[in-house]
Amino acid sequence: MADSSQKTLRIREFPIDENPGHTYLNHEKGILSWLFTVDHKRIGLLYLGSVILFFFVGGMLALLLRTELLTPAQSIVDADTYNQIFTLHGAIMIFLFIIPSIPAALGNFFLPMMIGAKDVAFPRLNLASWWIYIFGALFALYSIITGAVDTGWTFYTPYSTQTGTSVVSMTLAVFILGFSSILTGLNFIVTLHKLRSPGLSWSKMPLFLWSLYATAVIQILATPILAITVLLLAMERILGIGIFDPSLGGDPVLFQHFFWFYSHPAVYIMIVPAFGIISELISTYSRKTIFGYWAIALSSLAIAFIGFLVWGHHMFVSGQSELSSVVFSFLTFFVGVPTGIKIFNWVATMYKGSIDLKTPMLYALAFLFLFTIGGLTGIMIGALSINVHLHDTYYIVAHFHYVMMGGTVIAMLGGLHHWWPKMTGKMYNEFWGRITCGVIFLSFNMTFLPQFIMGSQGMPRRYFNYVDQFQGLHQFSTIGSYLLGVGFVMMAVYLLWSLFKGPKAPSNPWKARSLEWMTSSPPTHHNFEYTPVILHGPYDHHKPMKEFRMGVAEESESPDVIEIDKDPA
Amino acid sequence: MNRIIEYMLPPQRSTTASDVDSLFTFINVSGFILFMGIMITILIFVIKYRRKSEDDVTPVITHNSILEVAWTVIPIILILIVFSWGFRGYLTLTSPPANAYEIHVSAASWLWQFQYEGGGSTMNEVYVPVDRPVKFIMSSEDVIHSLAIPDFRIKMDVLPNRYTTTWFQATETGESILYCTEYCGTGHSEMLATVHVLSAEDFEEWLETGLEVDEDMPLADVGEQTFTSAGCNACHSLDGTDRVGPSLLNLFGSDRELVDGSVVVADEDYIRRSLIDPQAEVTAGYPANMPSYSGRLNERQIDGLIAFIKELQD
Repeated sequence: MADSSQKTLRIREFPIDENPGHTYLNHEKGILSWLFTVDHKRIGLLYLGSVILFFFVGGMLALLLRTELLTPAQSIVDADTYNQIFTLHGAIMIFLFIIPSIPAALGNFFLPMMIGAKDVAFPRLNLASWWIYIFGALFALYSIITGAVDTGWTFYTPYSTQTGTSVVSMTLAVFILGFSSILTGLNFIVTLHKLRSPGLSWSKMPLFLWSLYATAVIQILATPILAITVLLLAMERILGIGIFDPSLGGDPVLFQHFFWFYSHPAVYIMIVPAFGIISELISTYSRKTIFGYWAIALSSLAIAFIGFLVWGHHMFVSGQSELSSVVFSFLTFFVGVPTGIKIFNWVATMYKGSIDLKTPMLYALAFLFLFTIGGLTGIMIGALSINVHLHDTYYIVAHFHYVMMGGTVIAMLGGLHHWWPKMTGKMYNEFWGRITCGVIFLSFNMTFLPQFIMGSQGMPRRYFNYVDQFQGLHQFSTIGSYLLGVGFVMMAVYLLWSLFKGPKAPSNPWKARSLEWMTSSPPTHHNFEYTPVILHGPYDHHKPMKEFRMGVAEESESPDVIEIDKDPA
Repeated sequence: MNRIIEYMLPPQRSTTASDVDSLFTFINVSGFILFMGIMITILIFVIKYRRKSEDDVTPVITHNSILEVAWTVIPIILILIVFSWGFRGYLTLTSPPANAYEIHVSAASWLWQFQYEGGGSTMNEVYVPVDRPVKFIMSSEDVIHSLAIPDFRIKMDVLPNRYTTTWFQATETGESILYCTEYCGTGHSEMLATVHVLSAEDFEEWLETGLEVDEDMPLADVGEQTFTSAGCNACHSLDGTDRVGPSLLNLFGSDRELVDGSVVVADEDYIRRSLIDPQAEVTAGYPANMPSYSGRLNERQIDGLIAFIKELQD
């Protein structure tokens, strides 16, 4: 008998129902049951659908840009339209797609499941986040209809305070979207602190959740600065208060400081969740314990922290003081260290593993290739004297596409395939999955590698016309972008096929060890029909599978019940 | 490798370019070695440790402190080298020599104006001496622009509320492109200028004669020259197509409907007023964003433009 200070927990194994009649998908029916659901899984899918829609819109805009750039002079659109298209491409991809992409879609779905919770801590707030996001998106749409914005997604003053286009409604959209981001972050932090299942200590938390935790911290601390900045911008435009506009006595460089104080940490809102997915994928498909758990978990927090101190590296030639530039350059390089640590630990995880090149693992490997290039070129542009040459050229465009698309989007695709069977209850076609991954990987490089060369040669970004010497490289890049489009169409086709005609997915097709795989595919309304109890870490592939399906046993149950320490040291 | 790097960079035409390029090469080469190291390791692991059966058992390796320290410390050493190197180059780039020849640069949407020490100015063309430091003292009349000359590896934003500076010392005579690299609206990608690097004697001679007006040139030819040198061509076509502003073809003598609804005839005085105070009478359907040429063009150039526009009839 245990005494009162040392509580024991009676647990037993709970077998998984492989063919659940009742799932979160058929729990309620009708469009309203989706739009007003408080189920984190359904909200995750609402987000997933929304971000895919905006990725499609942003992608089509990108293809228009690349088509215009086939020739050095005007071909399909005029200069003003081109400027509006690249502004919308950037703003949609950043604010409507990539910031909510992994955390709000996959994070919403899997964060509660991975800690054995029924839902996030504030389900109604979670639904509110999605609605706020939709309102923000509508405002963005409104600004497109009423006269598109042509400032670039960065809204630099004084251009943005003088241009005739509807900057105010666009910044209002960004302001609203920011709140959605803050509320999601808040929800995740509280959920991770308060709703973890018995036995799920911080050291047994899947690394995806550590990365979402680090992301949520940045969302809460940095997003308000963006809200203040766009509010000041709106005040300047509507009320004529001089803050950034020199003709009203303001300082345009101040805007850049405000803007990048948010937007640099925001880069880590975009990429850190991707790190989390890669940790899950590499361990699962190598069927091996993750190497350097704490190194990976803490490096996410380190990146989140250092990320707040490096915004000035966007401003080396902006007219900020030389001393500031030197300090920011110095600090910038220290983001590279924790990032490198992650890459080395992932590679070490594969050592002596049992590597299965399923589609998600192919995406993880593609991520390592592309993101490493993105990271190393980041070292290049962090160096002061080279940055002067490469600043605002296509080198920068190529660099952030390697990080954002080669990193975040590729990781998200890996995560999407990895969790597809769990979310939909259907298997996707492995053959077409692999082929498509190959097409996307090759065409991505074809699109963006030439841009490094153009940038080094001096091709400025945001140019509607360009000097003839760059035409060959531009055309190569455009053809790559068309193939990239083909890759995404292929993916849409086989995923839709899988949704309607795909074979039924087993509960744990990858033999993964984290908690979301210990329930049926698709999950039931409350994720688990019992309270899960965690005995082992999420990557303990050497422990028997049945020990990962433990839950709190009822008082009356006697066979197979084990008694354990409630708070193991 | 050297040939690839050479292909990737514009020609080196300033004294500071080679140091920047050496660092560029160093990071590319060391980055390439590191990258290939990681990729080959991954490739070997994928081949050697591919899944043989569903029952594969893998060893439990949780961490290795020596490795963790090694791949923390070695990158720190590398980035400190890169930082110091970039820092040293940046100090040179931001410290113009005291004896530099100074040129005042004024940027406006969308043209560059260069004013020389002895008086006189040029538009969208700048003439500089070879082998002598040249310092640009820059300001903008409207939004933020940025002056970049890739051949010299220099770039600096041009701000509306203060002066910024940059400098270079050209190492060979010839022409280089000057770009605006801070997005500034419709004509951003047309905001280019040409840098003419002249030998010391040619530069002195150009200062004596180049800024003077050729009295014998016919007025319409002066206008045609001014049309490109003043950057009119960024926004106005000669063949009837609409760009940012109206085409100049058949402009002279036509009725112009203004934004306020009134109609004026495009006579000599209207064209003159449009150059000196462009915002006063804007043709309906076009943005009011033409910069004022007051003080930028001399009387002869204005007369020339009017004569040139007069001839543009089909």
